[in-house]
This record gives sequence, C-alpha cells and structure tokens, in this order.
Amino acid sequence: MSVLLFKVILIVLIFLISLGLAAYATYGERKVAAFLQDRIGPDRAGPFGLLQPIADGVKMFLKEEIIPTVSDKFLFILGPSLFMVTALMTSAVIPWGTPMEFGGVSYPLQVADINIGILYVLGVVSLGIYGIMLGGWSSNNKYALLGAIRASSQMISYELAMGMSVIAVLLMTDGSLSLNVIVEGQKGLNWNVFYQPVAALIFIITAFAECNRTPFDLPESESELIGGYHTEYSSMKLGLYLFAEYVNMFISSAVISSLFFGGYNFPGLEYLQTVLPTNLVSLISFGVFFGKILFFIFFFMWVRWTIPRFRYDQLMRLGWQVLMPLAIINVLITGAVITFFGN
Amino acid sequence: MQLTNRSKVVVKKEMTFVEKLYLPAIFSGLSITIKHLFKKKATLRYPEVTREFAPVYRGMHVLKRDEQGRENCTACGLCAVACPAEAITMDAAERNKGEENLYREEKYAAKYEINMLRCIYCGLCEEACPKDAIYLTDRIVHSEYTRGKFVFGKDVLVEKVDERIDITKRKKTYKID
Repeated sequence: MSVLLFKVILIVLIFLISLGLAAYATYGERKVAAFLQDRIGPDRAGPFGLLQPIADGVKMFLKEEIIPTVSDKFLFILGPSLFMVTALMTSAVIPWGTPMEFGGVSYPLQVADINIGILYVLGVVSLGIYGIMLGGWSSNNKYALLGAIRASSQMISYELAMGMSVIAVLLMTDGSLSLNVIVEGQKGLNWNVFYQPVAALIFIITAFAECNRTPFDLPESESELIGGYHTEYSSMKLGLYLFAEYVNMFISSAVISSLFFGGYNFPGLEYLQTVLPTNLVSLISFGVFFGKILFFIFFFMWVRWTIPRFRYDQLMRLGWQVLMPLAIINVLITGAVITFFGN
Repeated sequence: MQLTNRSKVVVKKEMTFVEKLYLPAIFSGLSITIKHLFKKKATLRYPEVTREFAPVYRGMHVLKRDEQGRENCTACGLCAVACPAEAITMDAAERNKGEENLYREEKYAAKYEINMLRCIYCGLCEEACPKDAIYLTDRIVHSEYTRGKFVFGKDVLVEKVDERIDITKRKKTYKID
C-alpha cells in the first residue's frame, strides 16, 4: 500500500468521522440537555431516537431557501461554506493513534505531520471567523451584523490567551510545535495537564469561546440577537452553520485532549505494544483518544446546560484582564522553572 | 412581615476574590446538573404510556346502553336544561313497534348532539340525568381540523354494544347510594 493511498483513506475516514460525529453530537446535545433537565429528549425517530439526525438533515434540506434581496449574494453563500471548510481542515494535523503497519512499512495515523502543527490549528481556527463575519455582514441585517461583530471581537480577545497558554506547553516539549511530538511527550500518565493545570484551564476556557459555546455564545444569543450572525439564513445554509459548530467542538475536544490529556496515550500502552500486534494497538489507542474526545464533547454540553451566558463587558474583562495576564504569568513561571531546575 | 424563613436579603456588594474566580460556583453548578442526569425523568412516553387519571376526571361523554344493549336515553331534555354552556341539543322520537331491542323506553333521542367546543366538562348533565344515560368518561376528546366536526352526534357518543365503556369509577365518585 502506498503512502498516498493510505493518506487518502485516512482523510476520507476522518472526514466521515467528523461529519458523522457532528451529526450525532446534535442528537447528543438534545439528549444531554433533556437528561440534565429531567426530560427524555428525542425518542421518536428510530430506537432511542437514533435516526433523529437524519430526520433533522432531511428537514434542513427540504426547507425553503431564502436569500435576502438586499444581501451580497456571493458572500452570503461563501459565509457558511467557509465556516464549514475551516472547521473540517483543522483535523489534518491531529495524531489519531500510534502508527499502523502494513507489509513492514509504518504509516502514522496522522494526515500531515507538519512541524508547526499547533500553529496551523490556531491559524485555521482563526480563519473560521471569516465565515461568521462574512455571513453576518452580507446578510444586511443589524442583528446579524451585531452577532458577527461580537464573534470577531471575542475571537481576537480569546485567541491571544489561547496562544499564550499553548506556549507554556511548548516550552516543556523543547519548543516543538508538532502535535505529534507534543503527544509523544505525554507517555503513560505523563499528561501535560498535571504539569500545566493553569494552561489547561485557560486553554479549555478559550476553546469554549472559540467554539461560540455557552457561556460565551454571545454571537448567537437567541434572547438578544434573534439568531445572531445566522439570523437571515435558512435551509441547509443555516444547517451548515449549526453543523460546523459541532465539527468545531469535535476538533476542539481533539486538540484539548492531545495538548493536555495525553492524546492517544494511556497507562499500559507500552506494555500492550510488546504483546499485541501493532495494528490492534493502533486501533486501541485510537479508541482511547476517541473516548477522551467524547468526554470533552460531553463536557462542552454539560457546561452549556449548567451556566448562563456572560454579559458582553464581563466577557471582555475576563478575556483581557484575567486570562491574558494569567497566561503570560504562567509562561514566565514555566520558563523560570525550566531555566533554573531543568525539565 | 416575614412569611417564610427562606427569604434572602439582597445586598449589592463587591464580589469576593473566590467569587470572582467563578470556578467554585461553576463546579458546584456542574455537580448539581450531573446529579440530574441520573434522576428519574418526569416525562411520560405518551401515547405508549398514559398518565393515570384521577377518578374524578371528566372527559368525553358517553351515552350508555343497558345490559341488553338498549339505549338508556329517553330524550327528556334535562341534561340540555342543566347544561350551563348550552352545548347539548336533541330531537325526541317515539319508539316504533319492533324497536324494543334498540331503545329501553317508548321515547328515545333521534338526534343527540354535544358541541365539544362549547362543553365545559362540568358534569352537570350527568347529575341531571334520571335514566343513567349520560356519563363523562376518562377518554380524551380527539382533535379535529374544523370546528364543525366537534359537534359530536350519536354515532360518536353512544357506546357500541360490543365495546362497553367502563363508568364504575365515575359512579363511585359522585353518586352517593
């Protein structure tokens, strides 16, 4: 099997998994919301309502497509597409498991092991704001514009703290930005979260803000802005926005778990590698990574149905006056400790 | 005046450092919501599971037949008189020869209509009835597309000979023997 063929298969698989998981995350969200509120949630379509995402998808496709006459049509269509593309692109650099082996050749379970992995993630995620910004602005609607402005200012404010919290991790991995190296460095239970709890906390909080999830869902805030940046959207274009949010959540969970929670590492991985065939271990490690991702997706939902939204001034104060200085101090302390005491 | 000892005095004060951290509050909130994940759900999976009605529940009416399957109603009109919402109308007719197996007494209701949109389900018709003919049951009035269809005639109201409607609960609750 050529490397190219393996990569193509891997890309298609990851693509399908991201989309499938995002589809079922919508179902999961409704179920989690229901369970946390002592309800049952969707249970009509199929057993336990498992066909609900399909029903929702069909509904979205069959809805009437409305494009406002005063909108900029090209940008109006470009908005949701861009948001979706950037949401899906991020998964390229995430190491999904230990390498597989076919015919004596080792294939890493990672689409692209580029040496600036985490930088690529941060870059592509911040590109995603263009999808929201273009969609909100081209709708020619004040609520959509307000939502888009909120989204972009929120992204800018929280991206700084996010980048700073990542730097503290990078200091510990000898400055390598490759996600593969970062995950490799967390063998067993040597997870970064135990060495960098503050960075992990900041990163998780900022990830919530980057995904526009509660308590930072001001761009959407139904109660104030009708639908926020997607007020004017209907049919599958609205569906794409909602769907991309779940893809973003999936990718964020993957990045959180590979940066701070050991990625595919788990205690006993080395032992398994000596007794079991390579490919099986690879699948197990993928399963463990997936479990971590699912937990974080659940955590996203759990928080959403627990706490209310921040006020806008609180959001800005938290971003600039708390998270930013905290992240910088964290970097300084980490640097000092590494300089004086070694790794 | 203090009614309960649960009232809290609202004080607008600066948040303390711990409160400013938000995290303790968030974690206590998270622990509350996670407890609800395992609680018994309040939802009933209607229509597979139906809620049990109270014995005094007053739903859709039924016009009863006696043990031999003859209609009890004699079209005396007392229910229509008792009805505060004026929902009941009827036309009386005389029983012909050969219809003894259909109607219990010489007079019967040729037409008997209840407008379900006017009805307030008070149960006064039931109390007024001297012939044990009309009862309110625990059945729910189904939905319709037009207002006209809510005028229920004898075809809906009279119980079928082979499908008797149980009204023993109802008899127990309001009639003192």
